Amino acid sequence: MDGIAASLRNVNFFYGSQQVLFDVNLEVPERGILAFIGPSGCGKSTLLRSMNRMNDLIPGARLSGEVRIGDEDIYRPGADVISLRRKVGMVFQRSNPFPFSIAENVAYGIKINRLARDRATRDAIIERSLRSAGLWDEVKDRLHRPALALSGGQQQRLCIARALAVEPDILLMDEPASALDPIATARIEELANELKERFTIVIVTHNLQQAARVSDRTSFFLMGKLIESGETRQIFSKPVRKETEDYITGRFG
Amino acid sequence: MDRLYPWILRTLGLVVPALVVALGWQLYQGAAAARHAFGWGFVVGSSWDPVFNHFGAWPFIFGTLVTTAVAIVLAAPLGIGVAIFLAELAPNWLRGPVGYLVELLAAVPSVVFGLWGLFVLAPWMRTDLEPWLIAHGHNFPLFRGAPYGLGFLAAGLVLAIMVTPFVVGMAREAIIAVPRVQREAAYALGATRWETIWQVVLPGARSGIAGGVLLGMGRALGETIAVTMLIGNTPAVSASLLAPGYTLASVIANEFTEATTALYTSALVEIGLVLFASTLVVNLIARLMIARLAAAGAAA
Ligand SMILES: Nc1ncnc2c1ncn2[C@@H]1O[C@H](COP(=O)(O)OP(=O)(O)OP(=O)(O)O)[C@@H](O)[C@H]1O
Ligand SMILES: [Mg+2]
Repeated sequence: MDGIAASLRNVNFFYGSQQVLFDVNLEVPERGILAFIGPSGCGKSTLLRSMNRMNDLIPGARLSGEVRIGDEDIYRPGADVISLRRKVGMVFQRSNPFPFSIAENVAYGIKINRLARDRATRDAIIERSLRSAGLWDEVKDRLHRPALALSGGQQQRLCIARALAVEPDILLMDEPASALDPIATARIEELANELKERFTIVIVTHNLQQAARVSDRTSFFLMGKLIESGETRQIFSKPVRKETEDYITGRFG
Repeated sequence: MDRLYPWILRTLGLVVPALVVALGWQLYQGAAAARHAFGWGFVVGSSWDPVFNHFGAWPFIFGTLVTTAVAIVLAAPLGIGVAIFLAELAPNWLRGPVGYLVELLAAVPSVVFGLWGLFVLAPWMRTDLEPWLIAHGHNFPLFRGAPYGLGFLAAGLVLAIMVTPFVVGMAREAIIAVPRVQREAAYALGATRWETIWQVVLPGARSGIAGGVLLGMGRALGETIAVTMLIGNTPAVSASLLAPGYTLASVIANEFTEATTALYTSALVEIGLVLFASTLVVNLIARLMIARLAAAGAAA
């Protein structure tokens, strides 16, 4: 682990008057996979989405505390949300390709961020991103066919390719495999394992085996509080906190 | 009852198409005298002269096309713009009232629009808008001639106002129906609000938007009373939008009581047939387009 990709300090989060995150302090090391686990409604998605300011879209949502990506305080007044979101990519629970062709989906981020000067560069980025997402061989002959004609697992890998095309530093994944069958899920996990060499990945999952299989570090949340955070092996074998142990062993949640 | 109910529904479902066919057939029969007298010359003939029993419908077809075109050219961007505002941009407290006002506009009887056009819009056009257009139009063919007030432009403007709520309604539905997760995908890649609306939301909503525009077009083609009050009721073909004209619907409304000869009546019925057929064709095209775009949307 070379450096710190993101750090959160005293993060409190409110939907209107309802507080859903309480004083979260967390450092996300560069590269590798960090998993967020915890029972439904404990605030995993909210925390994840506060790292690329996706919560800004929700009226009445408010954050206090400090979130740093690299050395940038992303909630500082005047912070550039657009360039933040280019640096912090996101993959959603349900695959959400645009109703465009496969190539256009991957090209969208390239287009709006003006990352390719010419067609050849653009096509090269498309190919590289699809290869990184393990989708190239399956789609290289039908790049101009509608993305929505792909299978669920392929669509999700397309969404990963789309996120990779803008070369983010961090990739946020909110239960990226929860709508997929076991084979497609295994494919996504394999992919996450390859990508962690080059990107910092934060993944929310409900599936404890999945967290244990793929992640290097794990953070356990309960009712808006970060209970425990550490090496995945340690969290799953010798948790420090009683709540963590109860959750890991399936006593609740 | 369980067996009877589908049967009743199926029968009722067949009644409507049967009525449409019957209506078309009766118009066709009623137009027989005019059809025999003028043949296809009826639709291209430009003289409408009841005194000499000579009837050509081209000025009315022309007027209908021109007023509809003016209405759609104005109502489509306006309606789509309002729909985007209502669905994406307006603060919550404004959406309800503005949306309600737009719906209210659709409920106003067209004769009221006609009155407003006649007593407010047309006088203003005659004294202000049209002289300005003539002065600044650099002799552009669309804006030539004398400022009458009444004419293609006045009728088209009022039609635009009447048709806009339909465009807004359909376009707004279509925009709202674009899944939130697709907007989020765009934002998460660093898209601005405008980029998200223009590049993701509107393409996703295009079938519904096209449907709204075509629905508005169907309304504009057949609108009668407001147009009759504003078109100037002159069966003439003119390149200038400022000139008075006539439409298919308004000539029927104005002249059916005066149609003294059998041929005259038959000519009016044939005009009805042309109007009936063209609205049918527009609606058919609308449906085909919506179906095709919807299929493309589903596949895409
Ligand atoms: N848009 C919203 N408006 C108001 N409250 C919200 C909103 N989104 C989430 N919440 C609330 O915030 C809390 C945390 O939700 P969040 O989605 O972050 O939990 P989660 O850990 O991701 O749950 P899950 O595992 O079910 O996805 C919950 O109590 C939820 O009801
Ligand atoms: Mg969640």
